[in-house]
Amino acid sequence: MRTSITRNRILTVLALAGFVVFLVYAQTNWDAYRLRILNLCAVYTIFAVTFNLIYGYTGQFSLGHAGFAAIGAYAAALLTMSPEQKAANFFLAPIIPLLRDVEWPFLPALLVGGTLAALASLLIGWPALRLRGDYLAIATLGFSEIIRVLFVNWQRITNGSLGLKGIPDHTNVYWSWGAALVTIFVVKRLVDSSYGRALRAVRDDEVAAQALGVRLFTHKMMAFMLSSFFVGVAGGLMANLISTIDPKVFMFFLTYQIVGITVMGGMSSLTGSLVAAVLYTVFLEVLRPIESPFDLGPLHIPGIPGMRMVLFSTLLLLVILFYRQGLFGQREFSWDGLLNTLARLHRRVTGLWGRTPPPSTVEKGEQ
Amino acid sequence: MLEVRNLHVHYGGIHALHGISLRVPDGQIVALLGANGAGKSTTLRTIMGLVKPSAGEITLNGQSLLGLRPYEVVRRGIAMVPEGRKVFVNLTVAENLRLGAYARNDPQQIEHDLHDIYALFPRLAERQTQRAGTLSGGEQQMLALGRALMSRPHVLMIDEPSLGLAPVLAEGVFRKLQELNDAGQTILLIEQNARAGLSIADYAYILETGDVVLEGPAQELAQMDAVRQSYLGVR
Repeated sequence: MRTSITRNRILTVLALAGFVVFLVYAQTNWDAYRLRILNLCAVYTIFAVTFNLIYGYTGQFSLGHAGFAAIGAYAAALLTMSPEQKAANFFLAPIIPLLRDVEWPFLPALLVGGTLAALASLLIGWPALRLRGDYLAIATLGFSEIIRVLFVNWQRITNGSLGLKGIPDHTNVYWSWGAALVTIFVVKRLVDSSYGRALRAVRDDEVAAQALGVRLFTHKMMAFMLSSFFVGVAGGLMANLISTIDPKVFMFFLTYQIVGITVMGGMSSLTGSLVAAVLYTVFLEVLRPIESPFDLGPLHIPGIPGMRMVLFSTLLLLVILFYRQGLFGQREFSWDGLLNTLARLHRRVTGLWGRTPPPSTVEKGEQ
Repeated sequence: MLEVRNLHVHYGGIHALHGISLRVPDGQIVALLGANGAGKSTTLRTIMGLVKPSAGEITLNGQSLLGLRPYEVVRRGIAMVPEGRKVFVNLTVAENLRLGAYARNDPQQIEHDLHDIYALFPRLAERQTQRAGTLSGGEQQMLALGRALMSRPHVLMIDEPSLGLAPVLAEGVFRKLQELNDAGQTILLIEQNARAGLSIADYAYILETGDVVLEGPAQELAQMDAVRQSYLGVR
């Protein structure tokens, strides 16, 4: 038992070290396009993991992700842009003096973005988290739209529908994956703690959880605020990655994508969220050619923008119809699980080569 | 002693409890019997702080529980096994039990109590790492009971433990309750099955549409013709 814990810890450190080496290699050798995809993978991972926290683990169907991301993105963008850039952007109406001359480093800007998103979630959660199920979904969805419309009309702060251009490209793979790893670590520690047990109890049965002394509202609120904080940070990372944002980026479609990724990965599986976020981001790029004209045998297909989304929606539909658990269901990656699978594969391969494994390793009741 | 005096509850325009009074003395099993809709579960939910009464008084050892939130009621020493068991199906048996001790703050004693629960319900010990949803109905009832006991309640309130259980399993649950009571646990038991309720209770109240219509020592009630005809199915 103890030795396997030590072994797992060593493996984790090695894997992390390997990942850092990969990041360093990617950052120095990859071109801008591939780097951008790698960064987006991390941003979507944060989105999916935080949605999993609030829905998969706590059972609160919140559809406010796009709104919270918008708050974080605009905060980080406005705080990091240089005064000259802002002057160039705000040519219709001048920016309010409070924001005109600030130019902060990246980290505090991200944290302020996250904090503002968390505060917004407190404001919306105060009434909405007392509602159940569908009502919360409708309330948060409405909130998300309100934020967007507010940002369209808040000319002197957000530059309205013109959006912000020339946001400094602070985001690199260290920032994005660093934030993603911190998010996964914090959420994982949380859901495995006694506090996380209480969250899962709330998800399974609110009345029973209350009867055991779980403070319903407080627990939902904390999960909601923590989730929104990281969404805000991810929004900031996104703004400083794509360097141009406008309210259209944060339409409901963004939330829809996040829900889709999380469902595909598996509710209550952080591994699933991570894997699905990476797969989704990469596939979306790989599938880019299907939006340009191509020939399918004798059939000529003209370039239809949005084809990828048709494919994605179909995929989501199939997952929901036939594979409701998603890729990972409730399961998480573990070294023990991986080593067992490898051992099994190894046995199967050696078996194929004609050597029969000793009787003790033959599995009973194999499906 | 848990005491309820002149409790009124309204659900919107519906007057669900019309001034109920009952006492649960320490060390006894008190049964609250009655048909569907008599107000038994409402009484429990009100004591627990899940429903707000419109009038009346609830006290535990002389201290009022009125207006407290559910988590505060739990801390005062009242635990409820909800109707239909309501175990957390996606959590393991061990996680369910640990949640029972959520309001407590004494880790070592909690571990100790966990062992006691496993000793009391050996089946739960065998299934510690299994998800609660995979347990049978009888095992789930044991888990719900064990979970409530993990809060070390002064008064254990249990709502319809025999609901949906085969008679032999229900009997097993009642035997456990008797065992717990013999060890000093105070219990407020709600039952539709009056025969089973009366067989283990010290004292019983019979509820009909929000009123206590009859009360007395369980053995005496079991002998009364009115009770035998209406609730025990004897003609």
